[in-house]
Amino acid sequence: MSATDTRPGEGGTIESLARWLDSRLRLAEGGSKYLRKAFPAHWTFLFGEVALFCLVVLLFTGTFLALFYVPDTRLVTYDGPYGPLQGREISAAFDSVLRLSFEVRAGLLMRQIHHWAALVFVAAIVVHMLRVFFTGSFRRPRELNWVIGVALLLLAFGAGFTGYSLPDDLLSGTGLRIGYSALLSTPFVGPLAGFIGLGGEFPGTDVLGRLHIMHVMLIPAGLVGLVGMHLAILGRQKHTQKPSRKATNDNVVGEPLFPNQTMVSLSLFLFTIAVLSLIGGLFEINPVWLYGPYEPFEVFAPAQPDWYMGWLEGLLRLWPAWEFTILGVTIPSVFIPAVLVPGGIFTVVFAWPWIERRITGDDAEHHLSQRPRDVPVRTGVGVGGITLLLVIFVAGANDVIAADLGVGLQTTTNVLRVLVFVLPVLFGWMAYRMARWLTGTNGVETADQPPGPPSTEPDEADGAAEATHS
Amino acid sequence: MAEPRRRSRTDAPLSQQQADWQARSDRERRGTRWVAVSLLAAIAAGIGLLVLYVQGGQTQAEGVLIFLAFGSVGLALGIWVRVVIGPDEVVEPRYPMASTDEERSTFSEVYERAVDDIGGGTRRRFLGRLLAAAAATLGLAIAFPLRSLGPGPAAELFRTAWRPGARLVDLEGHPIRLADVAVDQAITVFPEHAPRSADSQAFLIGTRSDAVVVDELPEQTAPGTVCYSKICTHAGCPVGLYRAQAGELLCPCHQSTFDVNRGAAVKSGPAGRPLPQLPITVDEEGFLVALGDFAEPVGPSFWNMTRDVPAESADGDEVGE
Repeated sequence: MSATDTRPGEGGTIESLARWLDSRLRLAEGGSKYLRKAFPAHWTFLFGEVALFCLVVLLFTGTFLALFYVPDTRLVTYDGPYGPLQGREISAAFDSVLRLSFEVRAGLLMRQIHHWAALVFVAAIVVHMLRVFFTGSFRRPRELNWVIGVALLLLAFGAGFTGYSLPDDLLSGTGLRIGYSALLSTPFVGPLAGFIGLGGEFPGTDVLGRLHIMHVMLIPAGLVGLVGMHLAILGRQKHTQKPSRKATNDNVVGEPLFPNQTMVSLSLFLFTIAVLSLIGGLFEINPVWLYGPYEPFEVFAPAQPDWYMGWLEGLLRLWPAWEFTILGVTIPSVFIPAVLVPGGIFTVVFAWPWIERRITGDDAEHHLSQRPRDVPVRTGVGVGGITLLLVIFVAGANDVIAADLGVGLQTTTNVLRVLVFVLPVLFGWMAYRMARWLTGTNGVETADQPPGPPSTEPDEADGAAEATHS
Repeated sequence: MAEPRRRSRTDAPLSQQQADWQARSDRERRGTRWVAVSLLAAIAAGIGLLVLYVQGGQTQAEGVLIFLAFGSVGLALGIWVRVVIGPDEVVEPRYPMASTDEERSTFSEVYERAVDDIGGGTRRRFLGRLLAAAAATLGLAIAFPLRSLGPGPAAELFRTAWRPGARLVDLEGHPIRLADVAVDQAITVFPEHAPRSADSQAFLIGTRSDAVVVDELPEQTAPGTVCYSKICTHAGCPVGLYRAQAGELLCPCHQSTFDVNRGAAVKSGPAGRPLPQLPITVDEEGFLVALGDFAEPVGPSFWNMTRDVPAESADGDEVGE
C-alpha cells in the first residue's frame, strides 16, 4: 500500500472513496491526464452541449410521463374535470393525457417541459450542425462524427413525430394520417409497410402501442447509443479549435476538464433545465384538449406541425399535383415530395464531407476551425441550402400567410414556388460574394483589429486571438 | 503530456505582482459572496417549490420556481468558475489520428497469426462460407416474426364498407331522406351498418340546381345531390370544407380543391386525382341508399391501385381478421 497520508477532515470521504475505487479499477493511472484534458473554449461550441442536456431533460420528464400514459385506443367515457369533454367517448390514450394534464400534480408542467425540450433539442442539434458545417469541422478526421450527428438529427425527428402522435388528439392524428399516406405512397413496399406498421388498415387499433414502444424504447436507445459514440469519438479525436497565436493544427489549447470545463458544462446544464422549466411553466404548448380527440372524419385549419416537421409539410404544399402510372406502377403525388426529396436532401447532407473532398481534393487532417468567409463556396452552398429549407418551411404555413396578407392562397403558393428557386440562388450567391469581399479586404477595412502575427498556416490565420484568455 | 500551467505573472515586476494579487483577491472575495447569494436563492426557491407542491401546485409558479432553483445553482457555478477560480489554460500536443506504420504492421502480424490459427487454406475458406450462409439463414429466421406485426394489404385498400342498398346515415346514425338535404348543405355520411367507419366516410352535398354537369359525373346520383369520398386523394386528410359559393371542396391540410359539380375533379392544389364518387339513389321510402361501393380506391394513391382488386379476397373485411 502506498497510501501515504490519510488526513482526516475535509475531502476525507471523497479521498477514501477514490482510494477504494482506484484499488479496484486502477483509475489514477491515466486519470490525471483526463482531469487536465484541454477543452477549446468558444461559445459556439456549446450548442451540442445544449442538445445533450435537452436529451437528459427529455429522458427524465419522459420517464415521468410514461408512468401515466396509456397507449390504448379503446374508448372510455371522459369524466374528468375538463368540462367541455365531460361525457364524451374518447380513447383511453387521450383520456390518460387529459388526466396527466389536469389531475396529476405537476403533470402539465412535466408535459410542457417535455414538449418544449423536444423543440429546443432539435433546434440545438440544427444550430450545432450549422456551426460544424460552416467552420469545416466535419473534415477529416471527423467525417464519422458528422454522419452520426446527422443520424442523431433523423432520430430526433423520429422521436418528435412518434411523441406528439401519442396523445391521440385531432392535430396529431391528422399528422399521423399524412405520415401513413407518405409511407403508403412508396412503390412496391408502401402498402405492406403501412399495414405492418399499423397492424392493418388505417387507423387500426395497434398504432399507439407501436408508436409508444418506438418513442420510449427503440428511439431513445438509438439516441443514447449514438450520443455515446459521438462523445467517445469526440474524446478520442479532441475538439477542433479556433486558430490563434497558440492554437495550431498540432496542439489543443483550452480549459482543463477539471474543474473549469466541468463547472462550465454543469452550469450550462442547470441553465438548460432552468430555462426549459420556465418556458414549460409559462407557455402553453400542444393543448390537446382544445384540439379534441382524433376522429378520422374531422379536421381543423389552419394546422401546422411542430417546427422541425414544417419543411416536410411545406414540400407537400408546394409540390405540384404530379401523379402518373408507368407500367402499372402508380407514383402517387405525395411520393416525390414526402419520400424522394427529403431522402435526397438527407443523402446530400450525410455525404457532404465526401462531396466537398471530391471538389477540393483536400484529404488532409484538419483540427482548426475555419471562418466561413475563408471558404466562400461552401458558405454560399450552405446559405443557399438554409434558404431553400426556410422557404419550404414558410410554405408549410401558406394558408396562414395567405390569410394574414389577404392574398389568394393559390397566388401565395405560386409566389413561393418561384421563391423556392430564386431565393436560395440569390442568397447563396450573395453569401459567396460577401465572403470573397470580406477576405479580399480583411485587415484594411477593419482598422480596429490589429493584424495578427504570421501564423504557421496563413490561410487559416485569425489575428483576433479570442482563444487566449488572460 | 499535458502540462497544466496557470497564466504566469512572474515576468512582471514585484509591485505589479502585488497589485495583481490584490486585484485577484478582491475579485475572489466578491465572487465568493455572489456564489453564496446564488446558492441561498436556490435553497429558497427549492423550499418554495416544496411548499407549493404540498399546497396543491400551480403550473406557472412551479415553472418559475424551478427556473429560479436550477438557474441560481447554474449562476453560482458560473461565477465560481469564471470569477473565483478564474481562467486557466492547458496546452496539449496533438498527434495525427492514424497509427504509425510500425503499429499497423505489428497489429496485422498479430491478426494474421490469429486468423491462421483458425484454420488455413481451402478448409478455412469452405468453413468461412458455411458460416456466412448460416449467419444469413439465422438473420432471415429472426426477421420473420416482424411479419406477425400485421396482415399484408389485400383488398382493404380497394374496398370500403359501402354495399348496394346501404342507407346513408349521418354522424348520429340517422338515415337521410333526399327531401332532408338542403341546397348547399354538406353532410358527413357513413353506411348504416358501419357508422363512423374511417375509410367509408363521404360527403353528401345538396347541389344548386343545374350547377352539376351530369355528363362529367362518373357515377349515378340522386337528383339534387352528389356524394364523394371525404378522404383527400393527396395525403388522406378529411376534405373538411365545402365552399358552396365556389362549388368546391377544400382539404384544409394541403389546400387541394375539388370541383363538386364536375365529378370532384382537382381544381387546384397537390392532389393527383378526383375524389371517388359514391353511386347513390333513393329507395322506396325516400331514403338515400348506396348503389354499391366506390369504383376506385378511396384516399391517397398507392403503387398498385390501377391493378385489379386482389382476387383471393372478394370481401376485404374478412382478410387477415
